[in-house]
Amino acid sequence: MIRIITFLSTFLVFAFGSAYADPKKVGFIYIGPPGDHGWTYMHDVGRKYMESQLGDSITTTYLENIPENADAVRAIRKLADSGHDLIFTTSFNYMDQTHEVAKDFPDIKFEHATGYIQADNVATYSARFYEGRMIEGHIAGHMTETNTIGYIASFPIPEVVRGINAFYLAASKVNPDIKMKIIWVFTWYDPGKEADAANTLINQGADIIVQHTDTYAPCQAAQKAGVYAFGQASNQEEFCPDAHLTSIEDIWGPYYAERAKAVVDGTWSSGDTWDGMDKGMVVMSPYNTKLMPASLIQEAVNMEVGIKDGTIHPFTGPIYNQAGELVVPEGEVAPDGMLLGMNFYVQGIDGEVPQ
Amino acid sequence: MNSLFPSIVSRSQSSGLMNFFVPIISIVLTLITGSIIFVLLGFDPVYALYTFFISPISSTYGISELFVKATPLALIAIGLSYCFKNNIYNIGAEGQLTMGAIFGGGIGILFHDTNAFWLLPLMIFVGAIGGALWGLIPAILKTKFNTNEILTSLMLVYVALFILDYLVVGPWKDPFGYSFPKSRPFSESGRMPLLFDGLRVHFGLIITLFLIFVSWFIFSKTIFGFQLKVSGYSPKAARYAGFNQTTLVFFAFAICGAFAGIAGLAEVSGPIGLLYRDISPNYGFTAIIVAFLGRLHPIGIIFASLVIALTYLGAEDAQLFLQIPSAVGFIFQGLVLFYLLGAELLINYKLTYKKLL
Amino acid sequence: MNLDLILGILQIVLIATTPLVFAGIGELVTEKSGVLNLGVEGMMLVGAVSAFIILVITGSYFLAFFVSILSGIIMSGLFAFLVLFLMSNQIATGLALTIFGIGLSSMLGKQYIGTPIDGLSPWFFVIFSFLIVFLVSYFFYKTKAGLILRAVGESHNSAHALGYSVIKIRFLSILFGGSMCALAGSYISICYAPMWQEGMTAGRGWIALALVVFATWKPERVLIGAYIFGGVTILQMNLQALGLRFPGQFFSMAPYVATIIVLVLISSNKLRIKLSAPASLTIPFYRGR
Repeated sequence: MIRIITFLSTFLVFAFGSAYADPKKVGFIYIGPPGDHGWTYMHDVGRKYMESQLGDSITTTYLENIPENADAVRAIRKLADSGHDLIFTTSFNYMDQTHEVAKDFPDIKFEHATGYIQADNVATYSARFYEGRMIEGHIAGHMTETNTIGYIASFPIPEVVRGINAFYLAASKVNPDIKMKIIWVFTWYDPGKEADAANTLINQGADIIVQHTDTYAPCQAAQKAGVYAFGQASNQEEFCPDAHLTSIEDIWGPYYAERAKAVVDGTWSSGDTWDGMDKGMVVMSPYNTKLMPASLIQEAVNMEVGIKDGTIHPFTGPIYNQAGELVVPEGEVAPDGMLLGMNFYVQGIDGEVPQ
Repeated sequence: MNSLFPSIVSRSQSSGLMNFFVPIISIVLTLITGSIIFVLLGFDPVYALYTFFISPISSTYGISELFVKATPLALIAIGLSYCFKNNIYNIGAEGQLTMGAIFGGGIGILFHDTNAFWLLPLMIFVGAIGGALWGLIPAILKTKFNTNEILTSLMLVYVALFILDYLVVGPWKDPFGYSFPKSRPFSESGRMPLLFDGLRVHFGLIITLFLIFVSWFIFSKTIFGFQLKVSGYSPKAARYAGFNQTTLVFFAFAICGAFAGIAGLAEVSGPIGLLYRDISPNYGFTAIIVAFLGRLHPIGIIFASLVIALTYLGAEDAQLFLQIPSAVGFIFQGLVLFYLLGAELLINYKLTYKKLL
Repeated sequence: MNLDLILGILQIVLIATTPLVFAGIGELVTEKSGVLNLGVEGMMLVGAVSAFIILVITGSYFLAFFVSILSGIIMSGLFAFLVLFLMSNQIATGLALTIFGIGLSSMLGKQYIGTPIDGLSPWFFVIFSFLIVFLVSYFFYKTKAGLILRAVGESHNSAHALGYSVIKIRFLSILFGGSMCALAGSYISICYAPMWQEGMTAGRGWIALALVVFATWKPERVLIGAYIFGGVTILQMNLQALGLRFPGQFFSMAPYVATIIVLVLISSNKLRIKLSAPASLTIPFYRGR
C-alpha cells in the first residue's frame, strides 16, 4: 500500500511538474527585531510583500537579532542546511559570513544587502537612498528660517556621508546661506541619545532635523520643540504629525519578490543591484500638506520625476571637496565608484568626517 | 515538634552526592518550567524542548558548533577561576578578550601579506600579552590604591570596546573596504587551523583543553594552587602562612587576562579572520556565569560551558523551526541559570529542621 | 554663548541625566546594605516595557508608573530570593537577571513596538529625582533605620548579633533598588523618548553601576556624578554641533575612564574608602554556626 502511494506521488510530481513542486524556501537574517520600525522592520515589510506576491510558491523564515560576528555564520548555515533555496542577509557586516557559507552551498542563492563583493551564488543589493536625501535637502533649503539644519549621523561610513553630501548640495543650491550642524552619535539605535542629539541641535538654532539613525525619537523631539523633521526608513508621520515633512522609505518588497520569482523559475543569476527611485526601491512618504506649501510639494514631486527619468542626479558637477579641489567636473555626474567609497564632505560643510 | 521552616546549616565539606544531584534537579526544574512557558505560548512543549536541547546537536556540524561556542566560554571561565578562587572579582574578562583581539589582531593586520609558520604563534602570544596587560590594570589599582576590582575591571570593558571601535573606524580601517568599519583580513597563516574539513571547530579548542588541563594541575598539585585556595578561604590564614597576597592578585589577574586575551585572539583569528567592532557576543560576561556554574572546577567548567553554549544554539533552532522569538531564548536561559545558581544552596548548605522542644 | 543656549543645554542635561539618578540611587541603597545587584539593566528594561504596555492599555500614567514599579519589585524580589534565601552568588545571579530581563521585556513588548503614545512631561520626575536623593541621604544619616541599614552592609555579623534582621533589611533594600531601576526605565519609555523599543535603555544600567562607585556610596554624590556623566555626553554633542572635530569614541569612553580615576583617588586613602564602601558587599550572610 505504502509503496503504491509512493509510486503515485512520484508519478504525480513528474506528471505535473512545477505546479506541484515543493514551495521554494526563502530565509532572512535580521540584525535587529522586525518590530524596530527602522531598518529591519522595512526588510520584514519587504518579506511580507514578497509572500503576498508569490503566494504558495514560496515559504519564508527569518532569524532575528543575529549579531554580526561568528554567530552569523552558524545562523546563515542553519538556513542553508534546513533546505532554504534563497537567503537574504540584511546587514553590511554579514558580508564575510555570507560568502563563507555560500562557498559550501553552490546550489543555494544568497543575497547580501549593502555589500560590495559578489560571487556566482551571491548577489548584492542596495538602494540609492541619497536620491531621497537630495529631495529632503531641497525641501529643507526652502523651509528653514534659521538657515540651520541639524543632522544626526550614526557611523562615518560612505552610506551616511553620501547622504549628508547629497542633502547639503541640494539644500545649498536653493539657499546658499544654509549651515549644517552634524552630530555623530556612534550608534544606530539609542532612542535617548538620538533625542538628546535632536534637542541639542534644536537648541543651537536648527529648525529642521535630519536623522540617519533608526528610531523615531528625533522626530518626536522635533515635534515637541515645534520644528520640522525628516523621518527615516519608514513613514513616521503618525509619531510626529506636526513635525514630519516626509521620510525616505526603504522599499525592498518588489526586489525581493523579483528575486524569489527568479529562483522559483530557475532564472536567478548573481549581480549587483543598486536601485533608486526609478525602480521604486527608494520612495518618499507622502509630503505633509499641512506644513509644506503646495508649490514646494510640486517641486519635490517634479524632482522625483527627474531623478526617475535620469535628468536629475544628486551629484552633478561641479562639486568641490572641502579643500576646494574639483572632484566632479561641470556637466558630469559622480561615478558610482566615488559614491560607494565616499568619505569626504563637499565644500561648504563645516568640520571633518570622523576618521 | 519541628519548626515549620527549615534552617540552613553550612556543610563542613561540600556534599559529593549533591554535587551530582544538583545539576539534575536544576535540569528537571528547567524542563518543567520550560514546558509551562511553551504551553502558555501555544507551542508543543515536547517538541519545543527537543528543539532547544536535542536538535542543535543532532548533526556533526551542530556538535562542532557547540564546541565553537563553548571554547571561548570555557577558556575565559577557567581563567576567571584563578581570580574567583582567590575571591578576586574580575568581571572585566570581556575587556581583556577585546584587548587580546586588538593586540594579536594588530599583529595579524601588520603582517597581512606575510605567510609564515611563526605568524599565528606570535599572534597568540601577543594576544595573551594584551589581555594580561589589560587585566593587570585592575590588579595594580587594587594592590597599589586599594581600588575595588569589580568596578575597575567592568569600566575597562567599555574602554577596550571603544578603543577597538576607534581602531576599526580609524587607523586600522581596510583601505580597500569602501570605508566600512572593519580591518584588512589576516593572511592565511594568521588563521587558526581547522580541526576537521568543513567544520568550524578550530585549533583554539586544543589550546583551551591544554590550558584547562594545566589549570587543573596547578589547582590540585602545586603550591601556587594551594595558596590561591587558602587565601581565598581565609586571607588572614594566608598572611600567617607567609603568602604574599599582592603577588597572588597580580598572578591571578595576569593569567585570567592572558586566557581571555587568547580567547579573543582565537575568536578573531578563528571563525572571524579580521577585526571589526562586534567581535564577541558577550563571551566575557557569559563566562562569569560559566565559571560559577562549573564551581571553579576544570571539569565543571567544561560541562557548564557546553550547557550554556547549548542554550544559545537551542534559542537559534527554536527561532528557525518553531518561530519562537529570540527573546524567549533569553528568558529560558535566564531560568536555567536561576535554577542552577539557586540549587547550589543544596551543595554548600544543608537544610535541617530544628527541634523546638 | 548666550544665556538661552546655556539654559537650553541645562534643560537637555537635566532630562538626559534623570534616569541615571534614579537607577544610581536605587543601586546605591542595595549596595549599602551589602548586596551587589548587577541586574540593573534588566530591571530597567522590564520597568520600561511594563509602564509602556499599561499606558497603552489603560491610558493612565499613574497606573503605568505604579505597575512599572511593581515589576521592579517583582524582578528584584526574584533576585533577593535567590541571593538571600538560596545564597546564590550575587554576581552571577545579577548577570542572569539582566539576561532574563532583556528576554522578558522583548517578549512582553513585541506587539507594542511602534505604538504611538503621548509622552509625559519629564519635569515632575526631574524634581522627584533630586528629592529622592535627599530623602535617601536623610534616611541614611539622620534616621535610626538608615543607621541599621548601613550597619548591615558594614558588618552583617555584628548587626545580627545586635538583634537586627539582616535578611529582612537586605530584602527591603534590594526591593527599593529594583523599584528605582524600574522607575528609571519607565521614565525612559514614557518621558525621555516616549516609545518602546527592544533594549532601549542602551547600557544606562551599567553606567548607573559605575555611578555608585564614582559616588563612593554617598547619595548626594550620585547626583553630582550623574550630572557629570550626563553633562559630558551633552557637552560633546554641543561641541560637535559647533563644528569641533574629535573622535567621538573618546568622549563616549570618558564616563568610564573618569570612574576609574575617581575610584583610584578615593580608594588610595584607605581610611576614606573604609568609611564609605560597605565592607560586606557581595558577601552572603547566613545564620549558621
